[in-house]
Amino acid sequence: MSAEGISIFDLIIAGVGGQGTILASDIIGKAAVKEDMSVRAAETHGMAQRGGSVVNHIRLGCELGSMIPLKGADVLLALEPSEALRYMEYLAEDGVILVNTEPILPVTVTSGLCTYPDIDDILSVMKEEREVKAFNATDLAKEAGHPQSMNVVMVGAVSNYLPVSVDTLLECVKELVPPKTVDINIRAFEMGRSVIQG
Amino acid sequence: MVKREYMLGNVAIARGIVEGGGQVISGYPGTPSSEIIGTLAGMKERNFYVEWSVNEKVALEVAAGAAMAGVRSVVTMKHVGLNVAADPLMTLAYTGVKGSMVIIVADDPSCHSSQNEQDTRRYSQFSLIPCLDPCTPQEAKDMMPYAFEISNKLQTPVIFRPTTRISHGKSDVELGPVKEDMPAADFQKDLERWVMVPKNARIQHPHLLELQKDILAELENSPWNELELSEGASVGVIASGIASVYAKEAVIRQGIDASFLKIGTYPVPEKKIRTLMENADRIIIFEEMEPVVEEQVRIIAQETGSDVEIIGKMPGPIPRIFELNTDVCADVLAEVLGLGRSDVPADTGEDFDYDRCRVELPMRPPVMCPGCSHRATFHVMKRVYGKNAIFPSDIGCYTLGIQSGTVDTTLCMGGSITVASGMYQAGETKPICCSIGDSTFFHTGMNGLLNAIYNKADITVTIVDNRTTAMTGHQPNPGMGKLATGEQTTEVCLETLCKGMGAGFVETVDPYDLNKAEEVFRKAKDYKGTSVVITEQLCVIDAKRSGIRRKPFTIDADKCVGCKKCVYLGCPAIEFDVETKKASINMMCTGCGVCDRLCMFEAISEVKK
Repeated sequence: MSAEGISIFDLIIAGVGGQGTILASDIIGKAAVKEDMSVRAAETHGMAQRGGSVVNHIRLGCELGSMIPLKGADVLLALEPSEALRYMEYLAEDGVILVNTEPILPVTVTSGLCTYPDIDDILSVMKEEREVKAFNATDLAKEAGHPQSMNVVMVGAVSNYLPVSVDTLLECVKELVPPKTVDINIRAFEMGRSVIQG
Repeated sequence: MVKREYMLGNVAIARGIVEGGGQVISGYPGTPSSEIIGTLAGMKERNFYVEWSVNEKVALEVAAGAAMAGVRSVVTMKHVGLNVAADPLMTLAYTGVKGSMVIIVADDPSCHSSQNEQDTRRYSQFSLIPCLDPCTPQEAKDMMPYAFEISNKLQTPVIFRPTTRISHGKSDVELGPVKEDMPAADFQKDLERWVMVPKNARIQHPHLLELQKDILAELENSPWNELELSEGASVGVIASGIASVYAKEAVIRQGIDASFLKIGTYPVPEKKIRTLMENADRIIIFEEMEPVVEEQVRIIAQETGSDVEIIGKMPGPIPRIFELNTDVCADVLAEVLGLGRSDVPADTGEDFDYDRCRVELPMRPPVMCPGCSHRATFHVMKRVYGKNAIFPSDIGCYTLGIQSGTVDTTLCMGGSITVASGMYQAGETKPICCSIGDSTFFHTGMNGLLNAIYNKADITVTIVDNRTTAMTGHQPNPGMGKLATGEQTTEVCLETLCKGMGAGFVETVDPYDLNKAEEVFRKAKDYKGTSVVITEQLCVIDAKRSGIRRKPFTIDADKCVGCKKCVYLGCPAIEFDVETKKASINMMCTGCGVCDRLCMFEAISEVKK
């Protein structure tokens, strides 16, 4: 868990290059700064972005380094199921995993070099060690109007845990997504927010 | 009210350049440095000149010229870029500057996007040019105006060295005032200073050595070095740059009572180190990569006859490779101070222990985009030159073709053509076909081609021209007829350029047109001497951004025989179902049509609306 005197809330966002992990962490980071919190974040740019595995660290109320220690994160927000498992060790033992169950097959799988594990197996392994909230965010995004708004569905989901107000988060969604997609993304956010509330 | 914004480290550095009154800014793209110039060039209102230069040596010389003329200049690059620019760097230390000059060199410990992890602080020691090493994006921004000031005061260029976690970290950043009264360019002739013939170099070298005392005195008391003495504590921690925030967190987490010296400048603050030594029995030194601080601490201990115990990496428990982090620092502190190891395993940068969790995770390496034309070029190259041919390659997106069997060497920017030439001159009889991107060709590939042609190397040079500098984020280059700011300029024609250098065989082809491309490569292979094939096709990301929409393709499952010919392309849009033994095309398809041209069973076709 985020330690006292160091950070208020530590979040890991995992996914695949191209899924919009940077936009997701930007919405959260910008919202926290609007609410007068210090923020530290680390992102994957450059080479690893091209369809590779990406991980962002984001620490709210932190004035030190941006890298969250292992077993230090309060929440792991995973935009892809296998990437959730890949970065699970960053999550505190009493932390929560929010995971999109829609897989993206890496080229190593599509070209037959590796196999992609069964989604239920991934979830059950994670559930043995941590609290897991799994849902198909990609389907929700399609329902909201566009599959690309999946990252904002996930931001909506994690909004239930963040020490930042929903209004500020929504304000940042409006500022950061392409103007034409604001309505879709607001719907996406609300859908993600309510899927966790059940 | 103070304005705070959520910013990328590189955007904060760009802001620092504006606040410090930068007037001429040049650079060559390289992760993690690229967004500094990208940010400056994208500003709507500018009172400075900004350019993408063709390589780092050129960029550094442009900035040096500006600083010789008395203005405030900046050059940006990644760490390996400084190797390219090392020639002017070493002598610029002798001449110094008249205005101000900041050399921004972004290091990449852990090689996130690099071919090596060299430590630019070594260049600072080597060239005797001072270096600033920020620990947060805020400090990075704040250091820029300071760097201009001391550069001007001491008449020396200053190296500024962020690392990946600064450049690609984000943070709330407090903005400062923007400098407005900038000097005008006014070059003053001074042969002894600006003309480094041996006679003058022999005058300047002792001056440079003499200057080191002033540099040290200036930096010693700068705000970037902070000593917090803890009364009665026997442990002293020294940490530099980004490692200082990791070490700080580790000290807090472990609840250790220690004096703490944070270092942000090179040369290191000797007086503060001496004071810490007098107040500690043991000193633990955290710094990423090379033991630059540690060596200085050991020298000071020897000079002062101090018997303080020094713990670092010479050798010691702190790794000399890869990034540090809080876990590594906490574990070292626990081990050294006998606190018992923390229950948190050290993040060694190695992959997750999959065995522990029964399911095996597939590797997810970065790959070329769906529809990327490099994939088509590599397919044809392999078909024409054969599996046994040698394919030296270079640095860019096409290096991701490492799985395709057409990237046999990657040494450095521009190193493909020269390595290919060397292999040929060594007597290699296998066919040799190298590949290099358009921007990399303009960077340092041109010299290699000139050399190959001049020395009669019988090789094929493939310029994979996707009309951008794609890997680092689509910066313009001389082949595009566009400046950093988007303004139109002369479009340099690759074909004419190669012919001008004397190439006897130069042909341009669209790699999506597999048959035509194969025909061109066969002719190039048969040509005796240096042949050049330019495979030209817009980067798929740029194509999408510029509004080009191609119809996606689909596979007729009834016609698919499961031969996997399309699958072997390695396109992320093509999937293979092991149970039905059929290929299919997913939503990522960009409609390049290369798989359709490959299929011998007419199973692939454009999606009809």
